[in-house]
Amino acid sequence: MGVIAGTSQRISMRRFTVPLTLLLLFGLLVGLSYYELIDLYTQSVLMFMGINIIYSSSLNLVNGYMGEFSCGHAGFMAVGAYVASVLSVLLFAQDRVFGPPLLSPEYAILGFPLILVVAFIIAALAGLLVAIPSFKTRGDYLAIITIAANYIIITTIINLDSIGGARGFMGMKNTIFAMEDVVFLPWMIIWVFIFTVLSIWMIRRFVSSTLGKGIVAIHQDEVAAEIMSVNTNKMKLIAFMISSGLAGVAGALFAHVLGYVNPSSFGILKSTEALVMVYLGGMGSLSGSVLSAIAFTLLLELLRPLQIIKWIVVPLLLIILMQFRPEGIMGNKELSDIFPGLRKLYKFK
Amino acid sequence: MSLLEIHGLTQYFGGLCALSDFNIRFEGGELMGLIGPNGAGKTTVFNLVSGFYKPTKGKIIFKGKNIAGLKPHQVTALGIARTFQNIRLWHEMTVLDNIRISQHYNLGYSLFDSILRTRRYRENEKRILDTAMDILEALDLKKYIHEKPKNLPYGMQRKVEIARALSIKPNLLLLDEPAAGLNSADVKDLIRLIKWIHEEFKITIWMIEHQMTVVMTLCSWLKVIDFGATIAEGTPEEIQNNPQVIKAYLGDETI
Repeated sequence: MGVIAGTSQRISMRRFTVPLTLLLLFGLLVGLSYYELIDLYTQSVLMFMGINIIYSSSLNLVNGYMGEFSCGHAGFMAVGAYVASVLSVLLFAQDRVFGPPLLSPEYAILGFPLILVVAFIIAALAGLLVAIPSFKTRGDYLAIITIAANYIIITTIINLDSIGGARGFMGMKNTIFAMEDVVFLPWMIIWVFIFTVLSIWMIRRFVSSTLGKGIVAIHQDEVAAEIMSVNTNKMKLIAFMISSGLAGVAGALFAHVLGYVNPSSFGILKSTEALVMVYLGGMGSLSGSVLSAIAFTLLLELLRPLQIIKWIVVPLLLIILMQFRPEGIMGNKELSDIFPGLRKLYKFK
Repeated sequence: MSLLEIHGLTQYFGGLCALSDFNIRFEGGELMGLIGPNGAGKTTVFNLVSGFYKPTKGKIIFKGKNIAGLKPHQVTALGIARTFQNIRLWHEMTVLDNIRISQHYNLGYSLFDSILRTRRYRENEKRILDTAMDILEALDLKKYIHEKPKNLPYGMQRKVEIARALSIKPNLLLLDEPAAGLNSADVKDLIRLIKWIHEEFKITIWMIEHQMTVVMTLCSWLKVIDFGATIAEGTPEEIQNNPQVIKAYLGDETI
């Protein structure tokens, strides 16, 4: 009797380990930022970590789990960044071009998550640009299509003069100021944290369901997947749309953290960063993507004094990694596979 | 109504005629064989039936519906399962997942259910798990559920592939050379397995096979094709003594 009670208690405890840890982390981050115990620079590094986590884990869905090679991920980030920036300025900020805000700035706190949702949807629709060709094409050919999609998006933005064209777009800071006017809190830290957790939560639930495992089946044998009743076209559509939608959310947060966006910051170099993070972490490992996004963000900051030379050091690290550990830090394993003890704390899947 | 009727099925690849005017009829419950020398077009027939190719000409009527031109996943959802000549399991996934994913035709929940983990998701995942466990139990594969297929012996992989095909509860099971690459002990097991499946699940089985012992023991009716054309059909005994079949298999001089 005692044993059963003990087990059930542990099981009920397990359900709360991760939420509690996250809540603690959340409180710590917000508290430290609120009382200015961590400076603005550290705060921005932490926020970029969150953004990179969303950015890399969303690409992992396509490149890792589904086994396609998408290398135009920054394009979808750009879509999300611009959609959210324009909406945010239009609705909540005084702007030279768009005029006075359409809504009272008091609604900024409620409106911002909705803006992120819209950014997700529009970026997911932009994902159709690569999802539809993927029905017939795979491998190298699809990789070329993704690069083309990246260029199409960037060039479109450069040529849209109403949103600043090549000069870029700014004014999103006003939305954050509007939020701070209502309640003074480190809002961007809060939003980045919430949406990072939501993204990981969404991907993890998707890939651990029988529905989501369909994309892994496509990776391992597409013919077998199709014959065993997996609607491969539908699964590809879902995977590409979730992936690009989340990249859009990452872009939207990125734009608001910086307060300024420029089409050239979403070029092939940015797409490459996502690839580096995915392959560094391990394809098909969500915890790998999270860890490598954290490590990669820190690495870039540490190498900042080297200036442009860091773009020699980082690729060199990638070459070394591919030579000695081609499967990445985690391979296709999750943290719970490497440290089975973690299962005691939390029920994975 | 017969289970499957194929009328005048013809397939051209460019100028090459891979299959011409192929006809067959299954009333339901048969165990039929399709034999023929290498390159005769046997697998083409299966690929046409399972939806990989859209036939140049002809009708494939399954349960009263023309399925020619449907996508493979749609054909499978209607109740035709198949295995492959070279085993096509998802080798990096567990045996259990291999079976579970095959329930995609009948998931019963949407993407949103899977993310929000609704009641509908939980109930259907449970049903999917139960279906998978039932089939693994029935085929005595339960001890391998957490193994990856690549780590299993070849004969066992074949059995898992058959289990996977059965998990969609098909009316018609297409077996493409199930005995290929098996040793003689495994072949004996396979014959027993197919016979058992045929009786236990009461499904119609259509198999392509090269090994005469297998078709002779199992099949009640055989169809022989060569260069895309049907050259003979009949009971195994009739086929064994058919001069045209012997000629197709062995060539002229050896007779």
